[in-house]
Amino acid sequence: MAGRLEHPGYDEEKLRIVSEQLPCREVQAGALLSLMGQPQQYCYPSLFIYGHRASGKSHVVNTLMKELELPHATVSCVECISAALLFEQVLLAFFGCDAASLLPRSPSLSDFVRIYRQQASQSPAEQTRYIVLEKAELLRDADANLLPALLRLQELVSIFLYSEIVWDKFRPNTGCFEPLLLHFPDYSKGELQQILSKDRHPSYSAEFYSSYVHILLGVFYAVCRDLRELRHLAALNFSKFCEPVAAGKAKETDAHKLWKNIEPHLKKAMQTVYLREVSSLQWEQMEEHDAGALRGLSAHTHVELPYYSKFLLIAAYLASYNPARTDKRFFVKHHGKIKKTNFLKKNEKTSNHLLGPKPFPLDRLLAIFYSVVDSRVAPTASIFSQRDMSVKFVLITCVNICFPLQIPEFKVAVFLFLCRFVLFTSFAL
Amino acid sequence: PSERKKQKKTQGCPKNILDSLLEFTRKCSSTRQHSDWASQMRASEIPTAALVLGVNVPDHDLTFQSLSELLRDSVTPHVASLQAKECGALKQLMKRVLERVMGTVVDDDEEEEEEVQQPGSRRHHSVLCSLQALCDWYSSKTKKRSSAAVDEQHRQPPVVIIFKDLEAFNPRVLQDFILICSRYVQRLPLMFIFGIATAPSTIRHMLPNSVSSLLCIELFQSLSCTQHLTTVIDKLILTSNFPFKLSGRVMQVLVSIFLYHDFSVRNFIKDDDTLALCRAELVLTTVVFLRMLAKDELISLLQKCAEVLQPVKSKQMKNARVQLEELLAKFKQLDEVAAPDLQKKTDLFQLQKTLLEMNESRRSKRRSPFELLRNEAVEFIDSLVKNHLSPPESKPLYEVCYYSSSATVRRHLNATPRTSIQAALGRPYNYIQNDSLKAEDGTVSNAAPDICIAYKLHLECGRLINLYDWLEAYSTVVSAAEDGDPDSDGFGKVDEVKHARFIRAVSELEFLGFIKATRKKTDHVARLTWGGC
Repeated sequence: MAGRLEHPGYDEEKLRIVSEQLPCREVQAGALLSLMGQPQQYCYPSLFIYGHRASGKSHVVNTLMKELELPHATVSCVECISAALLFEQVLLAFFGCDAASLLPRSPSLSDFVRIYRQQASQSPAEQTRYIVLEKAELLRDADANLLPALLRLQELVSIFLYSEIVWDKFRPNTGCFEPLLLHFPDYSKGELQQILSKDRHPSYSAEFYSSYVHILLGVFYAVCRDLRELRHLAALNFSKFCEPVAAGKAKETDAHKLWKNIEPHLKKAMQTVYLREVSSLQWEQMEEHDAGALRGLSAHTHVELPYYSKFLLIAAYLASYNPARTDKRFFVKHHGKIKKTNFLKKNEKTSNHLLGPKPFPLDRLLAIFYSVVDSRVAPTASIFSQRDMSVKFVLITCVNICFPLQIPEFKVAVFLFLCRFVLFTSFAL
Repeated sequence: PSERKKQKKTQGCPKNILDSLLEFTRKCSSTRQHSDWASQMRASEIPTAALVLGVNVPDHDLTFQSLSELLRDSVTPHVASLQAKECGALKQLMKRVLERVMGTVVDDDEEEEEEVQQPGSRRHHSVLCSLQALCDWYSSKTKKRSSAAVDEQHRQPPVVIIFKDLEAFNPRVLQDFILICSRYVQRLPLMFIFGIATAPSTIRHMLPNSVSSLLCIELFQSLSCTQHLTTVIDKLILTSNFPFKLSGRVMQVLVSIFLYHDFSVRNFIKDDDTLALCRAELVLTTVVFLRMLAKDELISLLQKCAEVLQPVKSKQMKNARVQLEELLAKFKQLDEVAAPDLQKKTDLFQLQKTLLEMNESRRSKRRSPFELLRNEAVEFIDSLVKNHLSPPESKPLYEVCYYSSSATVRRHLNATPRTSIQAALGRPYNYIQNDSLKAEDGTVSNAAPDICIAYKLHLECGRLINLYDWLEAYSTVVSAAEDGDPDSDGFGKVDEVKHARFIRAVSELEFLGFIKATRKKTDHVARLTWGGC
């Protein structure tokens, strides 16, 4: 399965190292190499690489750049809050900090190009320089001219962009130079097995580790194909897998015993560590002490609220899910009969819970609150500030912000079980 | 005294949780150095402590302050605390982090536009707002430190970033920041502390899986609020050394405010501060509390009193001490009678309930021997206190200090904006001490401000108020004020000035929220409040 990367112009030995580090990606690496051409040749101006998370995009490019010792600048667009940072990092990587300091305050693209040209003429390069931009989808939110300009810097450099989003979503309205598209497909199960088996534990044999990987993939492949996640899971669970061998109860080749030992453990891991409900540290501690049920992050939903806040929350929940016309019936002692119109009869079947919470104005919230609270309470500033606090803690959210021209409206932002919990605890007081 | 109080308060802060946080920090920085296989696999995660503090937000500041100080003293000098309101965008967040960790001013592209352009020299002095700069700074610091360092941990102390109120942060900003930090985690030993007010599940709501997989989150729960208050009360207020005590009823009010509104211990203490400037009625206080205490606590308190009185040399005090010891002996001799069923002070709400119950049932209960003895002890202490700590009433100027009126307290602490506005509008004399405004309840003086007149008139109307009728009534009242002759021709007629004044008064009432425009009838406004005065 492993092919050899070959290309004139690059050192054989280096290419061999590269291909060792890039299992299952020979096709893409080969395509990249042929696009890059020989070092002294011009490369295609811009290349767009896309594929799912952890499909090897940055790994391939970075390995190529590093091993073949090509002049490159790697920039992550997440960090480049402004274009100035992008320019600065590029100049820093190619020409050092003296060139970077030549950039004026709030540099424009033309400043960058001018300084680059200056520096390039001072230190001419025999090889093409490469700018590698990660998470390029964030460039769409930058200045409108940045992306098209970068795609056109062909005389100077060649740009590699990568992202998880397809190029169709990138095309600016004004049109631009179309880059070449290179797709990195997901790894197949066999490829994952091959890659994961590579980082084996030094004190165990390679076959042992690869059988472990096989078991792991059998459990997790259905839910997860992300290489990073799988690696993480492999690292966490390996010690449990080796337990019987380390304790002497089984040999390395006793596949069945090892499977029986590890399988419930992996199932539990799927509920907790994989979902990041517990941290890897807690998982390991739990392994050591063999504790019972592990409470994940989602299990901790208990919020202790002050007395009136609880009633505010309940009032908000009632206001969100009951239509306004039923208020009179529920909250007023002596109500008359409410006639049901045809419209109401038709829409009775739809449960409000399916439709989600509806917005309600502030005065309705307060009216329901005062009727729900069982003791007399004056409208004090503390109650209003509690409402603000509830908004801050995202228990209720403000839907429109036209205050003071309009009365603000709110929606409840928590689920039924939390409200039920609040209800029961408050009545237990 | 306020410093001492604050000191005591930080001690009263959940000590265990701070300790465990420090342990966690130390452990994280040490595991980073390990080169075993498992640690290497985990080295790409940022260790994070999720600190669940509870809904009492005003207290969090103090907790985080003491946490930062403890961290600075024992683990690492690089600590940065962030608040959500100063980090609205990613740029500001980065700026704050860099400024607080490095202690220098960070260059910001958008500020200082008038500065003269000096290409070249300027960049060397200021630091750019990126994590790369922090990395370089850190590695230069590490090099300086490595020669003098004792062990690995001191050479590479972690950089701790504290997010004081996690829920208030913009999720997008937080996610981007974590993404950036995870790229540098190999070079820069970062550590996060999240301050969470509601529940740990908010982390799941704020951070998607792709971001939370970059963190290694561990949970720390703080004491619940009621436990916290109990601890504080135990330590501060009920020790016999504490000079300021509050009257029982004032205490009740404060406790109820605490439980009902805020769960904020800090506000509790703050109010204590303002009131304690006045010396409250000591006698009533101690009596109330002593009556409530269970037997053993009473004994211990008496013992403490005895100890306190011991070093005092005066003869009277010695007598008092002797009597106290006699009482103590009597207590110890007492058989285990059925003590009044007071529960242990575990729940403060229960405390309040029992207070109320006691007040009601005190007369009806027959006294057990314990109670008799207790009353005797109480009266003794009463007299002691009366003789030696002269009660505030006998001192001059006691009105300045004496403060046990709970209604006043309640009024001051529970702000009721609407009631005060209504009081102001109904009885302007309270605020503007003008004799001409004095009027009996229910009527309005002609000389009152326009808005008061309009307010009074609107009280007499029903749900919908006809604007024209209102205007007529208003101008009648105002005319009576201006020219007293009811028979003149121009009386009651609406001229432009009166019209303008009326419109102004009506729009002010609308702004205050007493009326609102309605489409139900033309030229009508809807009344929004009832029950005014």
